Amino acid sequence: MSTYSVSEVPAAAARRAAAPLGSDWVEKIRGSGYGVGLAASLAWSAFGFSCLYWEDLGDWSRTNSIGIGAFVIAAFVLFGTLGADFLGGAGLGLRRRAPWLVALGLFVTLWELATAKFAWLPLPFFPPPQAILEVYTDDLPKLLDSVFASVKLQLGGYIIGATVGFLTGVSIGWSRSVGYWVHPVLRFIGPLPATAWLPIAFFTFPSSWSASTFLIALATGFPVTVLTWSGVASVSSAYYDVARTLGAKPSFLVLKVAIPAALPHVFVGLFMGLGSSFAVLVVAEMIGVKAGLGWYLQWAQGWAAYANMYAALIVMSLLCSGAITLLFKTRDRLLVWQKGVVKW
Amino acid sequence: MVAQSAAEAITYPAVGAALDIEHVSHAFDIDGVALPVLEDVNLVIEPGEFVALLGPSGCGKSTLLRLVAGLERPDTGVLRENDDRITGPHPSRVVVFQDPTLFPWRSVWDNVALGLEAQGILKRHRPRVDAALDLVGLAAFRNAYPHQLSGGMAQRVALARALVNDPKILILDEPLGKLDSLTRITMQAELVALWQRKGFTTLLVTHDAEEALFLANRVIVLSDRPARVKADIVVQRPYPRHRGDPYLADLRKQILGLLGLDATW
Repeated sequence: MSTYSVSEVPAAAARRAAAPLGSDWVEKIRGSGYGVGLAASLAWSAFGFSCLYWEDLGDWSRTNSIGIGAFVIAAFVLFGTLGADFLGGAGLGLRRRAPWLVALGLFVTLWELATAKFAWLPLPFFPPPQAILEVYTDDLPKLLDSVFASVKLQLGGYIIGATVGFLTGVSIGWSRSVGYWVHPVLRFIGPLPATAWLPIAFFTFPSSWSASTFLIALATGFPVTVLTWSGVASVSSAYYDVARTLGAKPSFLVLKVAIPAALPHVFVGLFMGLGSSFAVLVVAEMIGVKAGLGWYLQWAQGWAAYANMYAALIVMSLLCSGAITLLFKTRDRLLVWQKGVVKW
Repeated sequence: MVAQSAAEAITYPAVGAALDIEHVSHAFDIDGVALPVLEDVNLVIEPGEFVALLGPSGCGKSTLLRLVAGLERPDTGVLRENDDRITGPHPSRVVVFQDPTLFPWRSVWDNVALGLEAQGILKRHRPRVDAALDLVGLAAFRNAYPHQLSGGMAQRVALARALVNDPKILILDEPLGKLDSLTRITMQAELVALWQRKGFTTLLVTHDAEEALFLANRVIVLSDRPARVKADIVVQRPYPRHRGDPYLADLRKQILGLLGLDATW
């Protein structure tokens, strides 16, 4: 009936044999993880109930919709839990995430009560969930424009920075004379936070967009350069010996030995660059660029539209974590040979 | 272990090259102090010979191999392959190192293909890669990555990576040194079989007297650093040899004596 994982089978069988007839279903709930799923459904029902039962202290137009939405989620969780055996991967996924669904359900319930219903937290600084939903439904075009502007700016700067950083890193790692000239410059300029260039960048560059692109590229380029360089420099000379005795020319040594061997380092650099470029992106948008999520945040604060700020923050966090996930997926694909050698 | 059929499918030029080492001396520069490692080494190796270089640890055997491979240039003296002066690495002289040093980012097949790819002739010679993998009995592992192989398998891949280039001189730098004793015994027999079939000249560095006597038809005993040729022993025994052979045991005692280890006999 229910799906047990291999290790659970003997224990569950033993339990079933030992249980008296009447408590059979209790055992079943406990043994198969139904219990947590039911609790999650209850938690979301509680959220729905808390939305609909008490009167709002403020004027929010989406209270009913969010309450109904909570009950819909609760129903989905309930049927998903009961029918997990027939849902395959989705059922398993739901079961795995059930504890988090409980926690989230309790959190939004508490949030709802603490803000919209009893104002334990001061309004308007702590808007209720329905206010944030209202932002997503009513201010969607502006938010989407901001997302688009941010992604465009970030992507352009990041790609430029990563490319330049990678090429510079390989050149320094490979060529002594390039290293002689570039290394001191790198040491002098690299550790400077890219945001320190903001005032200069915004009046030397023709547009705030090009200035921000430059700053993001700078923030990305430094870690990528340093880690690519150290990656290339730390390639074991035994690899070069092997390739040389087999007839490899210098171009082969760079492209087919040094770069693939350095790639794990390069990805650490790309990851670090991504992190610092997010910071530059937001600051640049808050100060100079008249578009993007950073600008949206600033604008929302100016109008004391706190719900908009939280809404933008949530979107921003989803975007950043999505970008990092994408980078990691790319890495896992390219460095499939590393499985079992290195674990991050 | 060695697949006969695959080797017959492709014909190799079964000719080894001659190797002349004339008055070669070499020193390392360590913090400004010259540390001599080779002193007036002279050696003439006929085409197709299996020569073992035997000496105490750190005596400069591996340095001599690096000079033969062309990875380094000697301070003085000349090395010649078939009357051509050795000035740099060439795929006709391939080294199998003590560590397999497979490229971890390449599959087994791509590792073996490395030499052909580096020389830009892989497209026309892809079957040679398959043949070399068959030769070492690892055709089934062509898509595996190095981290999935055992030590013995990895060293076999390294051997295939060398053999795919049809070397005239195969240079072996203690290639079995890190293997467990059972794998070692198997691979010693495989090495002899490969050498007999292909006819390449083989130069083996080892510090195991028994291994040298089991494999080589000439054993060169080197002195402590700086290395000089201390003895040149011809092993007159047909293959396959037997480890219990009293003639080999006798030679072994003689060699250990030369290395100052006769007290342990």
